[in-house]
Amino acid sequence: MNNQFELPGSYKKWTWGLIIAGVVALLYGFIMFHPFAPVSHEGGDHVNSTRFWAVLLQNSAYWLLVVNASMFFICVTTMAMGGWQVALRRVPEAISSVVPMLGIITFLVLMGIVWGGRTDIYHWLDKAAVAKDPILNGKSGFLNPKFFTIWSAIAIVMWWLLGRKMRSMSLESDKHGTMDYETGKKWIWKNTVWASLYAVFFGLSVASTIPWLWIMSIDAHWYSTMFSWYTFASTFVSGMSLVALFIIFLKNRGQLEYVTEEHLHDVGKFMFAFSVFWTYLWFSQYMLIWYSNQPEETKYFIERIGTADKSGPYHFLFFLNLVLNFLCPLLILMKKGAKRNWTLITVMAVVIIFGHWIDFYQMVMPGTMKDHAEMMPFEFGIAALFIGLIMLGVGRYFTKHPLTAKNHPFLKESMIHHT
Amino acid sequence: MAGGIKKFVVGSFDDEAVLFPAVKSVRKQGYKIHDVYTPFPVHGLDHAMGLRETSLHSAGFIYAITGTTTALSFMSWVFTKDWPLNIGGKPHFALPAWIPITFELTVLFSAVGMVLTFCYLCQLSPFVKKHHFHPRATDDLFVMAIECTDKTNDAEVQSFLEKAGAKEINVQHAETGWWIGRYDREQKLYKEVKDINQ
Repeated sequence: MNNQFELPGSYKKWTWGLIIAGVVALLYGFIMFHPFAPVSHEGGDHVNSTRFWAVLLQNSAYWLLVVNASMFFICVTTMAMGGWQVALRRVPEAISSVVPMLGIITFLVLMGIVWGGRTDIYHWLDKAAVAKDPILNGKSGFLNPKFFTIWSAIAIVMWWLLGRKMRSMSLESDKHGTMDYETGKKWIWKNTVWASLYAVFFGLSVASTIPWLWIMSIDAHWYSTMFSWYTFASTFVSGMSLVALFIIFLKNRGQLEYVTEEHLHDVGKFMFAFSVFWTYLWFSQYMLIWYSNQPEETKYFIERIGTADKSGPYHFLFFLNLVLNFLCPLLILMKKGAKRNWTLITVMAVVIIFGHWIDFYQMVMPGTMKDHAEMMPFEFGIAALFIGLIMLGVGRYFTKHPLTAKNHPFLKESMIHHT
Repeated sequence: MAGGIKKFVVGSFDDEAVLFPAVKSVRKQGYKIHDVYTPFPVHGLDHAMGLRETSLHSAGFIYAITGTTTALSFMSWVFTKDWPLNIGGKPHFALPAWIPITFELTVLFSAVGMVLTFCYLCQLSPFVKKHHFHPRATDDLFVMAIECTDKTNDAEVQSFLEKAGAKEINVQHAETGWWIGRYDREQKLYKEVKDINQ
């Protein structure tokens, strides 16, 4: 087994470069965008005040759910008694170790919005409007600051604790020698139980309530029963792409000796399959609304695409979303050779992560920024901050812990894995 | 479609783990493997036998885009040119509504097309018969048939297979292609070949 991994200098440079760029963007936003100015729905000068919170919400929700998706990947493969992923298991583990850091940031952002009374982000915060509005009034049992705060906090803490338990069991196994049959069986069973707990909670949070609360409630009148699944698919496919990127990074550094093209092929299959799954949900949501043509439902898409007479401000992004997240993965990743090609997977992983970032952008912005669809360097600066923080946390995990779970009972299965 | 009658040395193995090295050593020795018949799909055997990657999936892709174009062009023609209907005030060119049908036709074309292509490639069809080298190839034996030429010394091949771990070895004269009919015709073929040889 190799000695402990040392991060290359260029990685550290990029990490801090991105974080510094992000902090500069954040400071610029603090000073120039007046994030704590009183909320105004008039637009004009105040629109950047809305932008500040909307961009932070988009980025923190997106990146948190992306890093959280890698723990979901570990848990589903554990529950399915998967063996192939063991050789690369430490990579999603490392990514999920960023959940606490991004979770705290996300929580702060959400609290800033909810308790700062940002009615331009969440319309349901406006007590006077809710009282007059039978629809919002009907939802107020769910959409109220108290429930929002408590449930968001529970969700983040549970992802954190259950994820930490999964990681600590994996790291614990490094300390002892190879497990015999009975110990191994017990250890796998323990892993399966915790993974199941995580998965159940994941279903209650990421696959249902959390996207409703954090993102769907921006368009407080509108609802879609498919929205959370659609958000989950979006973040899961980006999470798998992130896993692929870090695998390729470590492979380039001569680490992860047991990870081969066969494993890359399977990760590539996840990227391909979940891109198609995302499109399936995207389209199901779109088509049902288009077909039934109810004004309260079509409103969501009119804000984005516009009408037959006048195309909406988010027209371009809306279709760019579909091209980046459906057409590109479908046509490029379809062939077997593409999924086994390290360069192509790198490029596609970046495309998918960027594409779903755009997806989240067009989920958050139309309801908050209305017609001000112009993208500013600020958006990319904040994204850089989050990417830098992910790189920082993942890099720290890589240097602290062995990169191969060498005592995992299924390691052999992973080593001889053949797709 | 007769491929002609040829002579084969047939070795039967009862273990997958013995079969793999045997396939490798037979190929290394330069003998021509006609085919290996297994009771279940053996992972990696195609690779060991040096078979080229199948093009079935490329065919599948072509069938799929044929399905896509068929569905889209037919529906466009019907609903915009041939018989435009007003359905709930929707535009005549109602693309979102057509996607499910387009998807289904894509899947249908590729699935049916690939099944038929697969049957064609494997020469499978009702009433089409092929020679069975060993009846237990469908049960528990891995059967390797080595094709002989005029120059092949079959005794040498037999002893080679025995060393490689074959449990049962024999020499067969068999039709390489397929024929339509019944298996009792195969018996007749045997007799004829035996008569010729004697």
